[in-house]
Amino acid sequence: MSKVLIRGAKVLGGAPQDVLIDGAQIEAVGSGLSAEGAEVVEADGKVLLPGLVDLHTHLREPGREDSETVLTGTRAAASGGYTAVFAMANTFPVADTAGVVEQVYRLGRQHGYCDVQPIGAVTVGLEGRKLAELGAMHESAAGVTVFSDDGKCVDDAVIMRRALEYVKAFGGVVAQHAQEPRLTEGAQMNEGVVSAELGLGGWPAVAEESIIARDVLLAEHVGSRVHICHLSTAGSVEIVRWAKSRGIDVTAEVTPHHLLLTDELVRTYNPVYKVNPPLRTERDVYALREALADGTIDIVATDHAPHPHEDKDCEWAAAAMGMVGLETALSVVQETMVETGLLDWAQVAERMSFQPARIGRANGHGRPVSAGEPANLTLVDTAYRGSVDPAGFASRSRNTPYEGRELPGRVTHTWLRGKATLVDGKLT
Amino acid sequence: MQRHLISAADLTRDDAVLILDTAEEMARVADRPIKKLPTLRGRTVVNLFFEDSTRTRISFEAAEKRLSADVINFSAKGSSVSKGESLKDTAQTLEAMGVDAVVIRHGASGAPYRLANSGWIDAAVINAGDGTHQHPTQALLDAFTMRRRLVGRDAGIGQDLAGKRITIVGDILHSRVARSNVDLLHTLGAHVTLVAPPTLVPVGVGTWPCEVSYDLDSTLPKSDAVMMLRVQRERMNAAFFPTEREYARRYGLDGDRMARMPEHAIVMHPGPMVRGMEITAEVADSERCTVVEQVANGVSIRMAVLYLLLGGNEPAGSHTRTEEK
Repeated sequence: MSKVLIRGAKVLGGAPQDVLIDGAQIEAVGSGLSAEGAEVVEADGKVLLPGLVDLHTHLREPGREDSETVLTGTRAAASGGYTAVFAMANTFPVADTAGVVEQVYRLGRQHGYCDVQPIGAVTVGLEGRKLAELGAMHESAAGVTVFSDDGKCVDDAVIMRRALEYVKAFGGVVAQHAQEPRLTEGAQMNEGVVSAELGLGGWPAVAEESIIARDVLLAEHVGSRVHICHLSTAGSVEIVRWAKSRGIDVTAEVTPHHLLLTDELVRTYNPVYKVNPPLRTERDVYALREALADGTIDIVATDHAPHPHEDKDCEWAAAAMGMVGLETALSVVQETMVETGLLDWAQVAERMSFQPARIGRANGHGRPVSAGEPANLTLVDTAYRGSVDPAGFASRSRNTPYEGRELPGRVTHTWLRGKATLVDGKLT
Repeated sequence: MQRHLISAADLTRDDAVLILDTAEEMARVADRPIKKLPTLRGRTVVNLFFEDSTRTRISFEAAEKRLSADVINFSAKGSSVSKGESLKDTAQTLEAMGVDAVVIRHGASGAPYRLANSGWIDAAVINAGDGTHQHPTQALLDAFTMRRRLVGRDAGIGQDLAGKRITIVGDILHSRVARSNVDLLHTLGAHVTLVAPPTLVPVGVGTWPCEVSYDLDSTLPKSDAVMMLRVQRERMNAAFFPTEREYARRYGLDGDRMARMPEHAIVMHPGPMVRGMEITAEVADSERCTVVEQVANGVSIRMAVLYLLLGGNEPAGSHTRTEEK
């Protein structure tokens, strides 16, 4: 593999430097590095970040290849600046056996756009009754360390307790989709002022918060670590903050859309805004931003959830829940966190690369941009502004809530172990 | 007025008064030997009903026929919808046949809004009840009934319901009738009080332009009209209230309670009534109960709405209306 010299890049938003890639590794970081024998990429003041890591992606393969495949999903990931994604287990068949997780893992490696780290189901068929073979998935070629029934909550307290305990044997973590099922029967949107007017079934904040409260206490009791998926309410923030202050080993993620959008958008009855957990209120949005800034929320995860057009081009109640997010995540974070002064780029790298890799034990990802490290890198033109055009997405699905919205920032280059997957905004 | 009628909240005071006034003109047609106007001759209206509702459909159909429209009735049962065809495809199929207006009843809140605003079809859309969201023509016929009874048939022309105290009792949470009535009655200047057990009031009701009370008895003496909503017995199984008997005891309207209302006050019900649950037979059959009147008024209101939305080119009776855009 040849050499690449990235010239004049603001590494993690700092002063411009040169970064020399040799093969799969970063050979040197400094100023005035020799370009001899290297292909030169003029960064021209763009920001260089470690390759982004998404702890929460739905790649849909196997089973729903009409909405996304490992190939299209990893191309979308590379477009968005990601070098590793964790693929959720709610596929058909469910990723609850070593066979399924190995298949997904291999497809990711084979396509080469982005490493795919499968997440294993906690329970057989996501049914919440019987533990899946967590150890077998861990020992498989896929080396699963994150387990989640995402899409469904592990609502049985005993099953949750056992799962938290069991994965300790091999350093695993359970990622909980916190949704008390009885409180959310028929739920269509956040329960509050807007749902009362629109006559749509309410998804109350307490359905999320009560599960998080229970699970941090369980984690404390059995001495395990627990990860909270897509935390969406101000109350959840308070509970996680309390748990951390108590020394409980809890980590939490927030999605880009919960940092930007509110349930007021549901007034359009346009199902592109239908998502689970639902869009909340402005007060929640600001609490989430603050929590991401102060570290209560550890990471941003996309919950990239592709759906075919027909599943959104219908009445609200009939529509599927979820939004695509891989290709807009960094722009939304720039808009909501960087341009508001809440985070600098080094802190963005912490929350979108270092920490997610650490939580998921993604070896070789989320590493510093320094000599000797794997060359997983993302170059961002932070001065760019443009409106979102879903027609240009690499994802097979177009269900973005940002169509036509102007957002800042654009990923121009992505390198996966020294191999360019995105060059000048175009996939290789 | 707007091109569609989706929500009672979309109506201004002047829109609403215009509809009520036009409905009075339409009501006079019903008194004639030939109950028919040529206004919508050559226009086609489809009644697109995804949910069973014989009374609302018949009311719209009668209104359409009295305006000489060509009427197509489409009910979801036994149709292509049950074979998995989408709302969009069904609507586009009907529009391809040359439909000028779609009257839609749908179990999903927001379905009429989607139909009117997604670029699927060009026809005017009239919401005949969507999920637990809105039922604007019901609110209009209720306001029409109140104005006739509380202001007067002739005296009411051009008037709203300023200062009238309206109490709505029952399952507010699941009621599109309550939502539409709160919006419209507020626009018309009335004071609305909702009465229900706390379990049947939506979280978020605090921003509605009305008061909420859990106590029926204290509200009755301060009411010019009391609207009883149907309470489905199934709600009991979801723990909204303990038993039918307890519900009736605390929130049902019987003769004793009716006696506490001011003498001029009326009892309303959108139907169908559950006698013995929210209302006793004694009250339902009393002179003060306007249930049957509401049904008759429903036809006049729906004629007025169709007339105004489809821009009928012949004047309705002697009433000169302002041009709508």
